[in-house]
Amino acid sequence: MKITVEEEKCCGAGQCVLIAPEVFDQREDDGIVVLLDAEPPAERHDAVRESADVCPAAAIHLDGDE
Amino acid sequence: MNAPGHVLVVGASAAGLSTAEALRRKGFGGRLTLIGAEPEPPYDRPPLSKQVLSGAWEPTRAQLRTKEVLDALDAEFLLGDPAAALDVERRSVSTASGTTVSADAVVVATGITARTLPGQSGLRGVHVVRTVADSLALRSALLKARRVVVVGDGVLGAETAATARLMGLEVCVVGPQPAPMTGQLGPFVAGHLAALHTGNGVGLRTGVLLDALLSQDGAVTGVRLSDGEEVAADVVVAAIGCSPCTDWLAGSGLDLDDGVVCDAHCRAAEGVWAVGDVARWHHQGLGRLLRLENRTNATEQALAVAGNILGEDRPYLPVPYFWSDQFDVRLQVFGVPSAENTVEVVEGDPAEGRFVVRYDGPRGPVGVLGWRMPKQARLHRAGLVDHYTQPLEPTAP
Ligand SMILES: Cc1cc2nc3c(=O)[nH]c(=O)nc-3n(C[C@H](O)[C@H](O)[C@H](O)COP(=O)(O)OP(=O)(O)OC[C@H]3O[C@@H](n4cnc5c(N)ncnc54)[C@H](O)[C@@H]3O)c2cc1C
Ligand code: SF4
Repeated sequence: MKITVEEEKCCGAGQCVLIAPEVFDQREDDGIVVLLDAEPPAERHDAVRESADVCPAAAIHLDGDE
Repeated sequence: MNAPGHVLVVGASAAGLSTAEALRRKGFGGRLTLIGAEPEPPYDRPPLSKQVLSGAWEPTRAQLRTKEVLDALDAEFLLGDPAAALDVERRSVSTASGTTVSADAVVVATGITARTLPGQSGLRGVHVVRTVADSLALRSALLKARRVVVVGDGVLGAETAATARLMGLEVCVVGPQPAPMTGQLGPFVAGHLAALHTGNGVGLRTGVLLDALLSQDGAVTGVRLSDGEEVAADVVVAAIGCSPCTDWLAGSGLDLDDGVVCDAHCRAAEGVWAVGDVARWHHQGLGRLLRLENRTNATEQALAVAGNILGEDRPYLPVPYFWSDQFDVRLQVFGVPSAENTVEVVEGDPAEGRFVVRYDGPRGPVGVLGWRMPKQARLHRAGLVDHYTQPLEPTAP
């Protein structure tokens, strides 16, 4: 699994951080998403998929589901 | 309950699409159908008053998913054909074109529709902002206009006014409240919003209602307000709220009262569910019916509904959240604050234009708002979780 984020779309909701704090963080000044781990280990894939689904700005994209 | 063989989702936007995606992600391998009134593939609405209206984005950028991702969902999309009736017992939906689709579970995700002003119909120059077509029509009108009046001082009115002002127009916002969003965010934050708007050159007419649209030769020329003032305008935007899209459910037997009334599991009837802006469900943490009109609820409630369709049997107890962009300010709002709450600044400094406030009700914190402080606001959200996720009264067995 490879994650990309579109900073321009991100609204700083932090929903992704609530679900997968090992993978996502937010910048201090404007709250925009920071990708901590673009290729997380398998045990985090479920949480990452949920983050991508729940992101209210549709800013998280996943490539290669395995 | 056995997993259904066929799930039919009515309404193919944020909530409907998220429900379909969540079903697949949770392992649903059956048949999936989405019926949608609009011809476009599912798109996102928040950019319609922001990046699409301003022209910063091509409208296609607001599409929720690429064609490849939609194809991979393995669902049948019937778009541009609104549902016209639901037979609850048979779980079958007939559409305007005469198609009938029957399923084991039906999800109502038809959202809400913008209310219009008295006298608006047939008048050129008066706009609403709910669909991508609305946003593009308003954009092309604004490009030719000099003065715009926004009727409505809620979040959509405030955002649309800010975008129009940034496009260089003379903008006036008209509404009954003492400041924009007072009812929703209370006088403290609303006061900051009023200062933000006037500081950017937006005219505010507070404490007044629209008396009449003024027109000449079928085109709007301005508005008359309840205090008698007349404000000239080339374009008028109606941002006076929305009504749930439940006309097609009239006579179905579902309980319709400001939305589709649901239990704590978002179930409206046996095998019938509701999700997103149209759903008014029993929020057990608050102990009352709640209907939310925000983007995060569309996806979070979709997760809950998808799970419950598959037998998870879990009540939906979210900490509500929305954001809004106005000028250079991004607001993050967690919980459901109200004008009656006491407000305390818990981080940052309003004088410096960055702060977080906490809203307290009789039982403790009920809301957190960040003003240009998204991450810090999200961290303070932790203090609200108990209030929203602990059922208020013991649930019936
Ligand atoms: C301009 C604008 C700006 C916004 N900005 C923000 C923001 O900044 N932050 C935020 O949190 N939220 C924002 N929102 C709210 C957010 O977009 C909504 O909460 C979200 O779109 C709700 O999704 P939904 O799928 O429930 O409803 P909708 O998006 O309304 O979708 C319902 C769909 O059902 C279709 N439909 C209706 N009737 C029928 C029928 N009979 N048969 C078939 N289909 C039907 C409709 O055509 C529509 O496509 C904004 C909304 C608008 C309009
Ligand atoms: S959930 Fe989406 S919008 Fe929110 S911070 Fe994460 S990437 Fe940004």
